[in-house]
Amino acid sequence: MQQKDVLPTKPKTTASAPAVAENITGAEAVIRSLVAEGVDTIFGYPGGAIMPIYDALYDFQDTVHHILVRHEQGATHAAQGYARSSGKVGVVFATSGPGATNLVTGIADAYVDSTPMVCITGQVAAALLGTDAFQETDVIGITMPITKWNIQVTRPEDIAPAIAKAFYIARSGRPGPVLVDITKNAQFAVTNFEYKPCSYIRSYSPTPELNQEQIAAAALAINDAKRPYILCGHGVLLSGAEKALIALAEKAGIPIASTLLGLSAVPTSHPLYVGYLGMHGNYSPNINTNECDVLIAVGMRFDDRVTGDVSKYARQAKVIHIEIDAAEINKIVKADVAVHADAKAALEALLPLVNAEKHEEWLASFREGDKLEYEKVQQNELHPKAGGLTMAEVIRRISEKTEGRAILVTDVGQHQMVASRYYQFRDPNTNITSGGMGTMGFALPAAMGAKVGAPEKEVVAIIGDGCFQMTLQELGTINQSQIGVKIVILNNNFLGMVRQWQQLFFDKRYSSTEMINPDFVQIAKGFFVEAKKVSSRDEIDAAVDTMLAHKGAYLLEVVVEKEENVFPMVPTGAGIGEIRLD
Amino acid sequence: MQKEYTVTVYTEDRIGITNRITVIFTRRQINITSLTTAETEIPGVYKFIITVLSTREKLDKVVGQIERLIEIHRAFVHEEDEVVYQELALYKIATRNLNNHNIEQLIRDNNARILTITADYVVIEKTGHQQELLSMLKQLEPYGLIEYSKSGRVAIVKWSRRFHEHLKDLSLKQAEL
Repeated sequence: MQQKDVLPTKPKTTASAPAVAENITGAEAVIRSLVAEGVDTIFGYPGGAIMPIYDALYDFQDTVHHILVRHEQGATHAAQGYARSSGKVGVVFATSGPGATNLVTGIADAYVDSTPMVCITGQVAAALLGTDAFQETDVIGITMPITKWNIQVTRPEDIAPAIAKAFYIARSGRPGPVLVDITKNAQFAVTNFEYKPCSYIRSYSPTPELNQEQIAAAALAINDAKRPYILCGHGVLLSGAEKALIALAEKAGIPIASTLLGLSAVPTSHPLYVGYLGMHGNYSPNINTNECDVLIAVGMRFDDRVTGDVSKYARQAKVIHIEIDAAEINKIVKADVAVHADAKAALEALLPLVNAEKHEEWLASFREGDKLEYEKVQQNELHPKAGGLTMAEVIRRISEKTEGRAILVTDVGQHQMVASRYYQFRDPNTNITSGGMGTMGFALPAAMGAKVGAPEKEVVAIIGDGCFQMTLQELGTINQSQIGVKIVILNNNFLGMVRQWQQLFFDKRYSSTEMINPDFVQIAKGFFVEAKKVSSRDEIDAAVDTMLAHKGAYLLEVVVEKEENVFPMVPTGAGIGEIRLD
Repeated sequence: MQKEYTVTVYTEDRIGITNRITVIFTRRQINITSLTTAETEIPGVYKFIITVLSTREKLDKVVGQIERLIEIHRAFVHEEDEVVYQELALYKIATRNLNNHNIEQLIRDNNARILTITADYVVIEKTGHQQELLSMLKQLEPYGLIEYSKSGRVAIVKWSRRFHEHLKDLSLKQAEL
């Protein structure tokens, strides 16, 4: 089928099925439950144990849009992208056994990156459970450590309550993936159906009550600070706290740095935004973590990629940690003031209590580091005088031509770090990447899901040549479902980040990192996706223009410098103060 | 410093909850030395009593991660002196040895009691701290011990006052919905 110039197809109607019905099958109860939750998009792949559910779906094609992926892992990443761009819960269908186990990577990814997702898997009939039946795996046992919650349902009457609980748990508190495994007999059997959304579980309190003493203590520390510093994490985006965060920073004159998943919460151009934290982040945000006197960590969990050696991390600072997940408080960095709260609620409560300040000298100190980084690193990367294309100049070009308004979906590796450093974000939730898991193969399916979740937005996936080959079969989904995503492969014929480490720490012994790649343009065209390859500096402008002007999906392969390194860099095990510029 | 701690966890009745709890200890390489679980006075709420050798710092983090599980009400770490606890041991010895005067004395001295007597064997029960149970085991060994079995720890927290009420309140709230 030839790719057509259209956005993803929308359901023809949005009429919802009644939330009460008599004598329907468990399979139909699944679909009606999803409709009752407002689900209009499902990413999935059918198979023996989930066939009754797919059969029931057939009657709801006008209400629920099913996107047939090419591999179940793709379904999970697509659901993640969809959830992150739309703010809704991503929904996945898969069959038992291999279908279910193929979800594992995406579920684990969603778990560490707090992405709301409900996976529904078919399971062998209850009578066969535990007998090593055909396509039986203990998906509950397998996904126990990587789901926020999971449940196996063996009776049709338990389906609606299980799905109601699943949605409530997935999207409340610190969001996460949930799995509902439904045996085939429960899908076939008949039940009376009534859907009651879940809003209470007696052992679960997702939204902590705001503790005014904690807020007052935080305000006191901020008002006493000479060099206060905000670290913005994914929790800011998840709680919709972007405006509250900026208002607080503006009133109290506090610089804001961002974690990888916090990117896009604050526009890159904001005068108080000082850059990106972590192993390959900007120079001054890392250095100044060890110079501030009060560190205000908002919705972030002190990942080791941000802290480096914890024993050398922000020892001088009084730490205020605003965090919805109590288990994250004091887990890595001891908080002097722990604020166990939703980020938005906490920041809004803090705003009237903080003094108006400027901290000009402190802010200026960031600019010194920026200058150093620009001279030593950025200048050469953005405006190289010779050699092959750099990743930075490609990203900056895309950033300019999309005016920072595209949803940027990055895969994992050098290109991810470069994109995070050089793309200039303007709107919230426009950075979608695999942070905690670092899952190669994430970007292509995630971008596909992001585009379905926000069809009005330009979605640009930035993918390395290695990553692309992990999930490239999703080009088939992109073609079949007419998803107009833009795909940029930054091809250096290497597993670039591993090669960089081999160069720096393994004596340039490039063990199994060089790639002999296929013809990506031919591959794209084989999937009826328009494509082009460029390799010289004077072609890049026109190529990006052509890609963005193209209606529908487009793949642009850019051949970049083969042995480019990403600096600055905090070597593994070093403190963030030991960040290297070359 | 690594020492013995008691961890108590209040949970909902749910298949697999033991697995969900123990895997958190496993991830941090903490060995569980005993685990006792039973339903509490509140229907549907279970209490796990877990003893481990570890450090306070590690366990405070483990308890936080346990509490993150949806079906967990609360989890606590207790120092040795914060709990009143007992363990129970059963000892099976050959009945012919019962005629031995020393055995009767031994049972009395240890505050143990005989649970059952058959033609072949006698089962003796004793409650106490682990050291006492082991001490009696040593004393019985010369008389032909056939089998020995010991429970995990059962504990009551000295400072717990309102948890019972807390759980009852939660149950009432659930009933209202």
